[in-house]
Amino acid sequence: MLRNGDFRHLAPRLVAAALVLFAILYVLVISNPPPADGSFGDWRTTTYGSAFDDPGSFLLILLDAVTFAGLLFIVASGFSLIFGLMRVVNMAHGSFYLLAGYIAYEVQQKMTGVGGFAIAGTDVSTWEWVLPVLVAAAIVSVVGVVVQQTLLRWNQGQDLRQALLTIAVSVIVADQVIAHFPRSGTVQIGGGQAVSLTWPGWTERRIDLQVWNIEYSLARLVMLALGVSVGIGLWAWLYRTRTGKVIRAGVDDPQMTSALGLNIQKTFAIAFAIGAALAALGAAVGSSQGNIASGQDAQWLLNALVVVIVGGMGSLLGAAAGALLYAIVLTFSAAYLPITSDNCCSQYSIVLTFVLIAIVLAFRPQGIFGRAG
Amino acid sequence: MRLRSDPRGTVERAIGLVVLVALAVGPAIFNDYWVNTILTQMLIFGIAAASLIFLSAYGAMTSLAQTALMGISAYLLGNMVTQGGAGGESKGLTLGWDPTLGLVLAVVLTTAIGVAFGAVAARSFGIYFLMLTLTYGVIANYFFGQVTQFGGFSPIAGVDRYTPGFIGKIVGHPDKLYYIAFGVALAVYLAIRYLIRTPFGLSLQGVRDDPVRMSSLGYNVPLHRALAFGFASFVAALSGVLFVWWQGQIAPGNIGLASTIELLVMAVIGGLTRIEGAWVGAFAFIVINNYVRDVELPLVGGSFNTIIGLIFLVIVIVSPDGLMGIWDRLWRSLGGRGGGTPDSASVTRQAAPEASIP
Repeated sequence: MLRNGDFRHLAPRLVAAALVLFAILYVLVISNPPPADGSFGDWRTTTYGSAFDDPGSFLLILLDAVTFAGLLFIVASGFSLIFGLMRVVNMAHGSFYLLAGYIAYEVQQKMTGVGGFAIAGTDVSTWEWVLPVLVAAAIVSVVGVVVQQTLLRWNQGQDLRQALLTIAVSVIVADQVIAHFPRSGTVQIGGGQAVSLTWPGWTERRIDLQVWNIEYSLARLVMLALGVSVGIGLWAWLYRTRTGKVIRAGVDDPQMTSALGLNIQKTFAIAFAIGAALAALGAAVGSSQGNIASGQDAQWLLNALVVVIVGGMGSLLGAAAGALLYAIVLTFSAAYLPITSDNCCSQYSIVLTFVLIAIVLAFRPQGIFGRAG
Repeated sequence: MRLRSDPRGTVERAIGLVVLVALAVGPAIFNDYWVNTILTQMLIFGIAAASLIFLSAYGAMTSLAQTALMGISAYLLGNMVTQGGAGGESKGLTLGWDPTLGLVLAVVLTTAIGVAFGAVAARSFGIYFLMLTLTYGVIANYFFGQVTQFGGFSPIAGVDRYTPGFIGKIVGHPDKLYYIAFGVALAVYLAIRYLIRTPFGLSLQGVRDDPVRMSSLGYNVPLHRALAFGFASFVAALSGVLFVWWQGQIAPGNIGLASTIELLVMAVIGGLTRIEGAWVGAFAFIVINNYVRDVELPLVGGSFNTIIGLIFLVIVIVSPDGLMGIWDRLWRSLGGRGGGTPDSASVTRQAAPEASIP
């Protein structure tokens, strides 16, 4: 039975649930393929039609979403880890991503000695991909720990002040990166032009999925595998090792943990280093799949924020759920918004990111797996 | 007749009066460059920064969406009033509506969007609110960059040619825009000072200090926060209109992450605790911006952003409550009366409510 005032609380949730249901039905059955004469259609017309019209395309897009979620998870889990432990919103996460992407690129250019924007995948061995990533992760971890020790250690508990400090760091780091990178393969040093890391050669093929004659890029599957490995690794680290136990104790009660004689400050530094290293790994994967360029610091800060707002701050499971939902919304909105004219409607896909946030927050202000305050 | 002496209040009122008079006769005492570029810009960004400081100081809601709301109102105006034609004017919807109607609609619609934003964020506190409003900002930036109907990547230009009849032409009359900005800034300042003394303003401050207690007293906490955000959006919308009249055009770059951070830097330099800080911070930022922009840092290189980042860093480390915080501390060390604002508004004490419960 509804009590007085219940409807006010219920109405936003009903609207949200109806929207989700409609979106799922739209993709699965409602939408139609475009008319055969090549003209634009009505609100039901999409590029591929519904999942029933073209199951192959649907599966491909679903795979694109899930593999992209792997990359989102790598970057966002580092952001979430730092917040979960220290309640620090590291606004410089996007700038760390940018820095790491360019460092990995420079190291790979030096190692392969081929030079130029595009190295052929066949010239890149696995080692020539892994070492640049390790170098980038190491350098960015050091930067992260220096920031944590000099700027964040002495003002713990002052949420807003720490966020402002990391914003200042993000401005400085991003500006310095753009001033000095890329260094090789371009006419002039600096400027932040788009460059790209190259996947090792063996990933450059397509795998036959044995269903509807679909072949899928191995590199994207590697991206997903890396995301899953990071997830399993973080879980094992946090729940199966002594350091992890100390970290989780530190999350629940920092004062009590240090009163027990555990070095909570060392643990904080380790967590910050790992968080920054995950931004670096994400940048390496992201710039191998696409590229790295100025402006991506904002892009990836947004991505990390959306994932943790949707999934819940400081939760590993939340980061995974948030990454998956956000990736599904981004990928499907690009492919399944109706085409009614040249200008409509896939360019509006960014609005759906806002809708996703609004829907999740209507149900859970803390995010899906966020702990209530 | 006051019995208790209030030297600090007297000094502040005197300074305020001098500044007001100086601004009122600005065009007579400053050169054109200062009036048209530095002071006008200071007034316009001060209005936007005031909306940020209002939310932060009286609602404990540090919003990074104010730049985006400025941009939304500027974009709405640009789309509604321009008629198309040469240059960037062919961008956007070029509806060619009456400028007065466009002005009213731009402000009203931006306020409505702000209330919606506020409603979604109303149950998020502290640092979550900051993150959520930052995503609003970045999403708005990408929206206007991607959607070609509303302008796309390149700017909508020539918006300053379409001003309402009761204002008249501002192209070629920069002093007129200066006085409009001055009038709006003064009105916004007085409106905020008035609003925080109304029952709504008082319960908003109650919500800031203890949302749980206010909720159990029967106040609708999310509604208060959403409405406060709506009011701040209205203020940001006004500054957005002034901004697009001043600059003549609006582009996605004007509301990017860098611009969002610049507005935050202004508010933080001024101080997130007092409304006056908005114009102090905007003035300091714009003067630095004008005279330091071409300085290249030795050793590290980089652009103006590195310098502003370093200044921001130093301010947050030394005095997180900005120049107004330094001013307050100066008075306290002189043995004057305590700070004019409650401590809970201070940056160093602002935290999500659950963090403050032991």
